[in-house]
Amino acid sequence: MNHVLSLADIRPRDRRVVGGKGFSLAVLAQQGLRVPATLVVTTRAYEHFVSATGLKGRLLLELRRKNFKDLRWEEMWDASLRIRHLFLNQRLPADLDASLREALAPHLPERCVVRSSAPGEDSRQASFAGLHASFVNVAGLEAVLEHLKLVWASLWSDAALLYRRELGLDVKKSAMAVLVQDMVAGEKSGVVFGQNPQDPSQAVIEAVYGLNQGLVDGTVEPDRWILDRETGAILTYHPAPKHDLMLPGEEGVRLAPLLSDQTQVPPLTEAEVAQVHHLARRSEVLFGTPQDMEWTFAGEELVTLQSRPITTNEKGKKEDQRPWYLSLRRSFGNLKALRQKVEGQLIPALQAEAVRLTALPLDRMADTQLKEEIILRGEIYRHWKGVYWDDFIPLAHGIRLFGMVYNDAVKPADPYEFLNLLGVSGMLSLNRNQLLMDMAAKVKEQPELLEELRTGMVKNQELNQVWQSFLREFGDLFCGTAACPQGPEALASLIQMMAAKPPRVEQFTSAAVESLKENFLSRFSRSKRTEMAEYLDLARASYRLRDDDNLHLGKITGQFLKAVEEYRRRREQSDASSPLSDNLPTEVREILAELEEKPPPGESGQVWKGFTHPQARQMVGQPASPGLAQGPALVVLESSELFHFKAGDILVVDSLDPSMTFVAPLAAGIVERRGGMLIHGSIIAREYGIPCVTGVPNATSLIHTGDAVTVDGYLGIVIIG
Amino acid sequence: MIDAMEMREIVQSLLHSQRLAVLSTLMSGRPYSNLIAFAVTDDLRDIFFATTRATRKIANLTAEPRVSLLIDNRSNQETDFGEASAVTVLGTAEEVLGPERDKYLRLYLKKHPYLEDFITAPTCALIRVKVEKYIMVTQFQEVREVYPTP
Repeated sequence: MNHVLSLADIRPRDRRVVGGKGFSLAVLAQQGLRVPATLVVTTRAYEHFVSATGLKGRLLLELRRKNFKDLRWEEMWDASLRIRHLFLNQRLPADLDASLREALAPHLPERCVVRSSAPGEDSRQASFAGLHASFVNVAGLEAVLEHLKLVWASLWSDAALLYRRELGLDVKKSAMAVLVQDMVAGEKSGVVFGQNPQDPSQAVIEAVYGLNQGLVDGTVEPDRWILDRETGAILTYHPAPKHDLMLPGEEGVRLAPLLSDQTQVPPLTEAEVAQVHHLARRSEVLFGTPQDMEWTFAGEELVTLQSRPITTNEKGKKEDQRPWYLSLRRSFGNLKALRQKVEGQLIPALQAEAVRLTALPLDRMADTQLKEEIILRGEIYRHWKGVYWDDFIPLAHGIRLFGMVYNDAVKPADPYEFLNLLGVSGMLSLNRNQLLMDMAAKVKEQPELLEELRTGMVKNQELNQVWQSFLREFGDLFCGTAACPQGPEALASLIQMMAAKPPRVEQFTSAAVESLKENFLSRFSRSKRTEMAEYLDLARASYRLRDDDNLHLGKITGQFLKAVEEYRRRREQSDASSPLSDNLPTEVREILAELEEKPPPGESGQVWKGFTHPQARQMVGQPASPGLAQGPALVVLESSELFHFKAGDILVVDSLDPSMTFVAPLAAGIVERRGGMLIHGSIIAREYGIPCVTGVPNATSLIHTGDAVTVDGYLGIVIIG
Repeated sequence: MIDAMEMREIVQSLLHSQRLAVLSTLMSGRPYSNLIAFAVTDDLRDIFFATTRATRKIANLTAEPRVSLLIDNRSNQETDFGEASAVTVLGTAEEVLGPERDKYLRLYLKKHPYLEDFITAPTCALIRVKVEKYIMVTQFQEVREVYPTP
């Protein structure tokens, strides 16, 4: 069967099999507009690929393993990474391979753009830019076929999964067409909105030097013109600070500095602005509705890269956090800058704040002063929580970016192999566990020291040193927020357990990590290796931060709560005339409520008459750390419940927060309600080689302390009884 | 997350929509499975099927009345792995005799009217399986259990 169509061959009836972008380009080309030479690999090729290889069945299994409503964003990313991995590792069936080669080879441009063209994606009802993948500057038939699979896989990208309802995503029906285009390396490029979504009387043009990629992924800020939609008259012009441009690299694209005279000159002359506006008008007439177009100037000639209807994005509901999530997908350059900000400014400031707060003597403050301090600490907490969402979480995308680069290059059997490369990077919680182990080693040598720890009077000098530094660094976290009467006692019994049975240590030796790294880098040409080493370095920083930011923020939270504790303590002892009798202000109470928030139970509470309450026998989550473990469950909802922990327990938690991770090395297995490979529990579990399943809905209510539990970290299954 | 109402809904709709179940009995110490046409009471506590008295399964049931039934809605497509549900029933079988028989016969024929000649033959026995446990599997591997309360 013919899986490839050229633009000239496309008829209206082909719309479904060539997708929105492919169809628009065909219309423009047939009307005599200049578009890049394009071959369309139709949806029939995708369908043949997923059916003949059995991928369709595997997709169904992957996407149906849990209810979508129970999936967190991070789990969607995990699912789409696994799907991408399936596509990448699946060879084309021989007949499809032969027919694609035969159709593509004779017309293949030297350098190609491999672009998604999903059916329905560009219809007026559902236009979602950037949900699927496109690749610029792909050279040679082999590389084109490889990228074809990646574009197919992006039908199931995490972003697409987020918008699955709007897209009508369905494994049984959805398919993807792919454009293989001549890469037009224009000197200046941009977008045009035939109608400004904010003001229907206007049109908008944005332009950059070099390739459009810089504008589209946000790396290069564009100059912007607001025009009168009808006449094309320039109403306003907003120049951007111009430093860089995107150029074709050896493969893919690379960022390069602008020539100095270009930094002062708009990429488009007024005549060219008019030319682009005219193009938008022409396209609008052809399609009968205002268009959102990408274009580039190749010499004098204006080339249309794509055209699609403008969809006034319905004002998303405020609680719709999907746009925020999509904004997390950042470019390497953007992440590098973010890393500098986080490591250079934010984390040191956060640490300094925690130190400053810890040093303030709450017990010596007057009552009114204490109340003010609580309000102040509430504000400080809010501020850092905001930073956490705006800067810390986005930086975690560095791990994802590296994961994709690694999997594309190495094609490992385990799509999470790359995490092994990131681990040995000195995370704070590992430092803390090391201090605990040092104390355990001392107690093993001299068992009588345990009593000193138990009473909190440590006379042994060496032990005292470690003990003090543990309390200084991690005391707050260890004790949680309570006044912590059982603190020394609990610490002692933990150390006793550690002394009795040496806990696991990190799995990967530096040598193993080094050879993994060498293997990764060896896949690249010499000139590309430096860049790849930078990706790895960024990923390591992201990974480290993923752990540390929680700990740092935890200290601020701890200090806020400590002040509230002090207030409550005094209030209990005081009489009604004291200023303390006033309640805490609303904003403080809101924070407290937020911090005490328990996950929704998720059960209707209704019963099935005549039958017992359903008991979970087997539950499906995400495989987060491989291995098989059995043991009694310890369900932990608050840090204080960790005092019941015994070595060999299966830890069952809603979400493993940093204050809990110190018992992790002693746990036989970990089960977590929250899902995702990059969450705390998964990171720690992988680090220590502890079998772990995350993303088990209602884990803490379906599993009971004392239940015999089996954790299958290979398959992501938890079995009770 | 599957709560009590959701589980009842799934079990109920499987038991009402499916005509056939796999019955497993014990034959000289080894499992023996065959298809039977079944019906269930509204309270989901009893399941009935009919069989001629000379069959192996009657002999098996007489020797060991503890049985298992499997009822599922698979469609023999790859989508089954995500979409099909199955219920395993553990229970004890006994023949229904006396005045009760007419009542349950009506229930049975309401679901399987085409079996009237079969079931009214003098050689045909109506068997009740008292449900002792439901084990439900959804989405390939999610497993939940319930027991009837005494």
